[in-house]
Amino acid sequence: MINQSTPTSPTALSSLPLKIDLLVKRFGNVTAVDGISLELRDGECLGLLGPNGAGKSTLIRAIAGRVTPDSGRVAVFGSEAGSPASRAALGWVPQDLALYPRLTAKENLSSFGRYYGLKGKKLEQAIAWGLEWAALEDRAGDLARNLSGGMRRRLNMAAGLIHQPRLVLMDEPTVGVDPQSRNRIFEMIEALRTQGMTIIYTTHYMEEAERLCDRIAIMDHGRIIALNTREALVQNSFGSRSQVVARLDGPSEKVSAWVAERGGRLTDSTAEFTIEHPAEITALLDGAASAGLELVDLSLRRPNLESVFLHLTGRELRD
Amino acid sequence: MIIPVIRTALLALRRDRVSMVLSFVVPIAFFSIFAVIFGGAHDSVPKIKLIVVDEDQSSASHQLVKGLENEGSLTVTTKPAPTKDQPQPVDYTAATAEAAVTAGDVSVALIVPHGFGEHPISFGPESEGTAIQLLNDQSDAIAPQMVAGLLQKAAMTAMPAAMAEQGMKYAGKYIGEFTPEQQKKINSNLEELRQFESRPDAAGASAGLNSSASGGIIAVKSRSVVGQNKKSPMISFYAAAIGVMFLLFTASGSAGALLDEAESGALDRVLSSRVNMTGLLAGKLVFNILLAFTQLTVMFLWGWAVFKLDFFSHIPGFVVMGLCTAFAVAAFGMLLASICRTRAQLGALSTLLILVMSAIGGSMFPRFLMPQAMQKAGLWTINAWAIDGFTKVFWRDLPVTALWQQVSVLLAIGIVLFAIARRVARRWEYS
Repeated sequence: MINQSTPTSPTALSSLPLKIDLLVKRFGNVTAVDGISLELRDGECLGLLGPNGAGKSTLIRAIAGRVTPDSGRVAVFGSEAGSPASRAALGWVPQDLALYPRLTAKENLSSFGRYYGLKGKKLEQAIAWGLEWAALEDRAGDLARNLSGGMRRRLNMAAGLIHQPRLVLMDEPTVGVDPQSRNRIFEMIEALRTQGMTIIYTTHYMEEAERLCDRIAIMDHGRIIALNTREALVQNSFGSRSQVVARLDGPSEKVSAWVAERGGRLTDSTAEFTIEHPAEITALLDGAASAGLELVDLSLRRPNLESVFLHLTGRELRD
Repeated sequence: MIIPVIRTALLALRRDRVSMVLSFVVPIAFFSIFAVIFGGAHDSVPKIKLIVVDEDQSSASHQLVKGLENEGSLTVTTKPAPTKDQPQPVDYTAATAEAAVTAGDVSVALIVPHGFGEHPISFGPESEGTAIQLLNDQSDAIAPQMVAGLLQKAAMTAMPAAMAEQGMKYAGKYIGEFTPEQQKKINSNLEELRQFESRPDAAGASAGLNSSASGGIIAVKSRSVVGQNKKSPMISFYAAAIGVMFLLFTASGSAGALLDEAESGALDRVLSSRVNMTGLLAGKLVFNILLAFTQLTVMFLWGWAVFKLDFFSHIPGFVVMGLCTAFAVAAFGMLLASICRTRAQLGALSTLLILVMSAIGGSMFPRFLMPQAMQKAGLWTINAWAIDGFTKVFWRDLPVTALWQQVSVLLAIGIVLFAIARRVARRWEYS
């Protein structure tokens, strides 16, 4: 376990959008962030993938300067996290709907804009941009509490970006929204990416990370256990192997024993096997038949981030 | 099926500590406060503070003063309390006694004038009695009446010789001269009464005497030195008293927005912007001060429009007291909000504290009706200082400079409470 700090002088801090050195944060006996080091390149979108309790939100809050590390250092464009320069450069979209429910959408944006020091024409332009980006122009005068869940999520994002930050932290921005709203949010984030904004995006939905992120950091128990592009993560974990997903019918003890014997993994009545060559499927089919099990359904797929996470931790991503 | 319902309700109540507090602690606290104030729980009957100026310095006036001093329900003073500047204060005069009533130090003062000893009794239509002056503050309707009654009682019990002598004079005047034999017996009895009066335990003793003296034995001229021109004596008092209580409720409710923001995550977001905790709390404090001041202004304007409160003659004093009171209550609200973890906690704690403060601080009934100990306890509340200040402005017509004590205390309360609130709010700054 890495938990010692490595003091660095402010002048030595990198001017990268984000540089984290051996960050440790404990809450009582729980180590939420356990010696994380991370660098982010300009214009990059990094996905932080991990189950609930992996330490994603604590890491994000530490970058936002809202958590005091027990050791280690976080620098945003060369400035210490929480410093005025860091705050100005950073936009934070928290997981909670951190809005004023009794203010309208426009008033919310105006309030948060002012908190970031915007005023006059700049503030007006920022509000107009925020409303347009979040597709809330026609609901600008509605109270935040009267907006739909998806609209509030979008307003929540616009409030975090009202001052046009250079680095954006998005902490599970799609929690609790319907598929249509989620797509709208994806489009918003993709629009930011085309502007060259640097983004950290936390989620426990692998498909979001796969769609939006250049690199993906997989977190578990407060540590980054893998960090790379999606393809490299899969390649490193599985090489050229594929996965067979089979649904079996038969006595559960019999099914469990057979799947374990073949080195597979059973979830409910669905078994997963990793194979080197498609030809191995035939052997699986024969084996099931000779064990007296009925094969209801069978498919072949390339491993995904879920598979990578399972491979690395032995647990499901959404456990 | 009733038992499971009761069981579920009991389980829910046990886990709802706020309801538990409201259900049990608040009523007990209130019962205790009212019991102390009105029930004489500690045998501490409210005493009326009375200044007596004995200009006559006769045997009769001495006996009368002594009789008043022995009254259990009066606290008689003849000179101010020693201070650093005046370690040996001189006796009150008629003028300084009047000033003390005007300033609100006491509600009643008695001036025993020169010549009282010669004609202490007021009897019949052609009375020769020298009237005692009773100076009072009209805001206290009870004290002057009690003092007037006790004055008559003291006269009857403390100066029987003077009573008898004067009685004989009146008897001689209206019935005719006594025979030498009768006069001799009268003189002998009067001498016995004088000896009785000179005994240390005699003054005020009512055993064997009729304690329900009828009014008018001693002539009294009453004069209101405060509030004589006021149309509605208690309006300014209640505007301040009720105003401060609701200001406290408003301030704690408004400060509770901090808890809403903390709960929704908006506080975290605000603190990640250019706003720091000191700036945030200061901004909310100023807002709450303005809110409280506006609330007070509306209340006093209502008093002016509907109850003829003389608002516009007291603008400077109102502004000074209004702002200081608003500052203290706003800081109080900020402290409560920073201490509490949830809105429910804030609701319970603020209800408990504000009602207790209002009860002992004079928002529900005037403090001069309370026992001495309770009056002192009231000085720990914002209510008492604010009400005293507003009373000075609207009731006693005192200048702004006379408010220095109330202003200093309210400002000190505000500064201390806000400093503590800022310290406690550190829990929101970083985790």
